[in-house]
Amino acid sequence: MSATATVAARASRGTRVSPLRKRADQFGDRVMFGICLLAALVAGGAIFLVGYQIVHGAQPAISKFGFAFVYETTWQPNFGEFGAGVLLFGTAVTSAFALLLGGPIAIAIGLFLTLLAPKGVGAVIGPLVELLAAIPSVILGFWGLVVLAPFVQEHVEPFLHDNFGFIPVFGEPQTTGLSVFTASLILTIMVVPIIASISRDLFRSVPRELQDGAAALGATRWEVVRGIVLPTTSSGVIAACILGLGRALGEAIAVSQVIGAGSEIKANLFAPGSTLAGQIALQFPGALTELHKAALFYCGVILLAIGLLANLLAGWIGRRFSYGGAVNW
Amino acid sequence: MSRGLVPDPTAPLTPSGNLRRRQVVSRVAEVVATGAAVVALAALVIVIWTVVSRGAGAISLDFLFTGYPTGVGPMLLGTVVIALVATAMAMPIGVLVALFITEYSGARGARTMKLTLDLLNGLPSIILGLFAFVFIVAAQEKQTAFAGSVALAIIELPLIARGSQEVLQLVPGNLREASDALGVARWRSTLTVVLPSALGGIVTSTILAVARAAGETAPLILTSSAFDPNTFSINPFEALPNVPTWIYKVSEEGNPNGYAEAWGMSLILVSIILFASLGARALLARSKRKLSS
Repeated sequence: MSATATVAARASRGTRVSPLRKRADQFGDRVMFGICLLAALVAGGAIFLVGYQIVHGAQPAISKFGFAFVYETTWQPNFGEFGAGVLLFGTAVTSAFALLLGGPIAIAIGLFLTLLAPKGVGAVIGPLVELLAAIPSVILGFWGLVVLAPFVQEHVEPFLHDNFGFIPVFGEPQTTGLSVFTASLILTIMVVPIIASISRDLFRSVPRELQDGAAALGATRWEVVRGIVLPTTSSGVIAACILGLGRALGEAIAVSQVIGAGSEIKANLFAPGSTLAGQIALQFPGALTELHKAALFYCGVILLAIGLLANLLAGWIGRRFSYGGAVNW
Repeated sequence: MSRGLVPDPTAPLTPSGNLRRRQVVSRVAEVVATGAAVVALAALVIVIWTVVSRGAGAISLDFLFTGYPTGVGPMLLGTVVIALVATAMAMPIGVLVALFITEYSGARGARTMKLTLDLLNGLPSIILGLFAFVFIVAAQEKQTAFAGSVALAIIELPLIARGSQEVLQLVPGNLREASDALGVARWRSTLTVVLPSALGGIVTSTILAVARAAGETAPLILTSSAFDPNTFSINPFEALPNVPTWIYKVSEEGNPNGYAEAWGMSLILVSIILFASLGARALLARSKRKLSS
């Protein structure tokens, strides 16, 4: 008993924390917490501020056109008539095309990297595919304009039109190669690395025992993928595709460089078109009137709503249906 | 034992029938997957090859250090200034958000913050351009590079915060406990133990974020596009010449005369971005390995 007392006494003498120091530390803790909390609030507040400012900028157009703006198809800045129908159509077509073409390619790359590639090869190709996402969109668009569009116009479009012309989407090629088709190809290049890197991480998380078990029962590699790998990760892969879709929807620069600024809804993929984001990039710097600017802000509101929805949906699907916390990005 | 049940010893050992079909399907799937990887690599190689082969001819000392029309020095300088200002805003906030997630918020707070960061990350850059326009440019009634930097900072913020948070989470718990056991206050151990051991990862996450922001065009064409390409300036409170906007303008005008310079600038931008992200990735992997071992 006396021993513990001595220890306690020695301890209190040994550490000798002055009350001032203690108070300083408490104060420091509180300040540190306060600063971190403030930073977190700034980050959270940024989203609301962005949303508020975009809606604020769109106010004149919202009060003038109301909800009809979303489906009206006239866009005539000179007459002050605006509707986003054509733009929505263009956005939907280019993004859907990019996803339909890019999604399977990206998933196949993910499978290749996890199941097929030898270790060294995978370690090189994986980062290289991700580098595709690091190329600035303006440079990809410039490349699309100067290199891809002429090639598409001379070779790809005539080929598809001659051989599959009976399908209306492969209509008469136009003169420049600047078309919805070219824009979709550029978007495909942007979407692939995003989906590929997420699905690679997902496929890696599939338990080895399940795959080995299937293989031991005589399943071929494809049957392991079909029966084990894809079913356990399907929700995550869908979430990844939605994230890729969100990227494709919001891309403004590269699309506006290669889509050729068409103003009608056409079934023909080889005709020029326009998208919500692309229209903002193209017309905002030279907007004629305040109403024109407000209409472009209204496009931004639609874009923002779709984009946030896509992200929330992807997060929700990823969490709700994921295999044991496999999704973590 | 009747003779009929003994397999024919002269039959070939290759599978037949259903097994053969399944193996062919599997083989085809393998080839398709490999082909997909080859296609993606080919796209990367073709784009980079085009940029290098068309841009290399334009690059010289004059090209780098003089004003337009002999060179593009002001654009390069402006891009550096805009990226630096953006990073100066985004990095402290990003790291503090990461600290908030790992050190202070509970599990629920961390989930909310991660969701917030993912939403921020998902905002299209053109939206951030519109935001910077109405928030700063329209309010001041003149274009400023600072407005562009604010938009870029919002792009960088979630990247830096998520990257730092992942590294901070790898800092071993016993480092914190040792610090606690020595009677060090929480904030002191955060600043002197946790942060320094995660510093490598934080810096590389920041480099990756800068590489991403440096090529962003959409915010800049709305906030810093009316500039004089012949004046060197580092004042962020006016419209600064910058590389992405210039490339965009050239491609919008569709005048092949400007293409050579645009390719030259593309080459400079792409090589900086690619080397930065490759290097940062390698460093990040290394510092993560070091922390978790």
